[in-house]
Amino acid sequence: MDGLRELYEEIILDHNRNPRNFNKKQDDTNHSAHGHNPLCGDEFTLHLTIEDNTITDIGFEGTGCAISTASTSMMTEILIGKSTQEANVIFQNIHQLLTDEDDLEVDQSVLGKLTILSGVKEFPMRVKCATLGWHIMQAAMNNKQSTISTE
Amino acid sequence: MNSNLALKTNDNIETKYFDVQQVRKDFPALDQRVYDIPLVYLDNAATTQKPQCVIDLISHFYAHSNSNVHRGVHKLSERATNSYEGVRTKLKTFINAKQDNEIIFVRSATEAINLVASSYGKKYIKEGDEIIISQMEHHANIVPWQILCRQSGAILKVIPINHAGELKIEEFDKLLSPKTKLVAITHISNALGTINPIKEIIEKSHANNTPVLIDGAQASPHTQIDVQQLDCDFYTFSSHKMYGPSGVGILYGKEAILEDMPPYQGGGDMILQVTFEETQYNKLPYKFEAGTPNIEGVIGLGGAIDYLNKIGLENIKNYEHDLLTYATDALLDQKDIKIIGTAKNKTAVISFQVEGIHPHDMGTILDKQGVAIRAGHHCAMPTMRFFQVPATTRASFSFYNTLDDADRLIDAIIHAKEIFK
Repeated sequence: MDGLRELYEEIILDHNRNPRNFNKKQDDTNHSAHGHNPLCGDEFTLHLTIEDNTITDIGFEGTGCAISTASTSMMTEILIGKSTQEANVIFQNIHQLLTDEDDLEVDQSVLGKLTILSGVKEFPMRVKCATLGWHIMQAAMNNKQSTISTE
Repeated sequence: MNSNLALKTNDNIETKYFDVQQVRKDFPALDQRVYDIPLVYLDNAATTQKPQCVIDLISHFYAHSNSNVHRGVHKLSERATNSYEGVRTKLKTFINAKQDNEIIFVRSATEAINLVASSYGKKYIKEGDEIIISQMEHHANIVPWQILCRQSGAILKVIPINHAGELKIEEFDKLLSPKTKLVAITHISNALGTINPIKEIIEKSHANNTPVLIDGAQASPHTQIDVQQLDCDFYTFSSHKMYGPSGVGILYGKEAILEDMPPYQGGGDMILQVTFEETQYNKLPYKFEAGTPNIEGVIGLGGAIDYLNKIGLENIKNYEHDLLTYATDALLDQKDIKIIGTAKNKTAVISFQVEGIHPHDMGTILDKQGVAIRAGHHCAMPTMRFFQVPATTRASFSFYNTLDDADRLIDAIIHAKEIFK
């Protein structure tokens, strides 16, 4: 009726209730980064294991709203097993999907079920929630140890 | 779902103190639809809507009297100056100050606190001194003191709160010492709604020879303030939270203290004579009002004070208290809602959490149903940390809100729960 069901799709609610790769024990991570959205208090830390340019493991911890939690959870699922180059392509596509007026350039095949996140576009105040985890992932891949912020 | 039907039917509170429906007609912004649904505005602790009389005063000023204050010899400047200074007198009466020159116009309540921290602080706060604030302060009553402490070597002490969100006064008693050189405390918490026992705090501080600043940003629209009866040394508040325009804050200070304080900013209006060697500062209150002020904002605030006086702060307080009771009962009927801030003595601010729904998601879902609330940390991160929550959803009521507004809030929350089921 009001875009709310499109924003809070079942798959997003599911990832919010049961975030994947969340608070899991990881032994050999070699890239990590922390990020927050000071406006609403969302904050996550990501830990990546990158071997020979391939992301072999990701885990995350922290707190956030349903959108930031689900987006980060879905991100970890899709990125495990991908090369860092592939991860960058996915990041660029998701960024375009969430922020561009017309997302003609978006390669849907790269995104798969992540396209569900496009419902966020109707809610400009929430785009930062959906992109938070992705920005932290970028920072971690580049091995920036500093804290990133979506503000 | 109307849990407190008595309030709604037997004893119609919406006409008991004043006619709320009539009052609503004075606020054009309330009469609109968002997403094609009538707006329910419950973000009054962030800012209040403006009555038509305030809006009219601002446009009338620009259409008829626009000119600078305190300097022109011409008719328009005389008119502007009289209107501007007239509001100072109104404010003096509104908070029962002794005289006009104890009312300083600044640009926000935040700036009023910064003025005291910067001017009073520089002169009187030294290394090893202590400043007492509380766990429930807005960042505006934390950060200026932190900066001062860093510059001076003074130490910030914090009065803890209990799980209802009330000050632990016995801890305050322990913190007070000969080292305490200032106490800065909020009158009413913006995040919790708690009304603090400021009279008691002021008495105890004075017995310890410590001056007190009261942050009244959340108090001035809801309760009668009498600075002489309170005997506070400073009282700060804000126009836009009391139905006036934004961009105007008020610092009340006792004349003798203000006289002894150095200027805050230099510039026009705050001087008597300037040479390159020396400047002679103007008398109070102008010593603290450098630069052209927000003239139309101050004049608009005058209209807001007249409006508040017309309804009567006692009526406002009583009505809002009934609204608080009604909305709190209705919220608690929803089993999975937890209210953060349950002080015995509180204003109509309700911070809450619904199990399994993050406040930011709640904010979006309520907004789509036309209900405007605040979701976040309310510029009170240490308070949130105490309650171990990153954020809350906050509904804050005004005298123009109705029982139906509270019902709409509950309905919207129920819808959110359905989505998140």
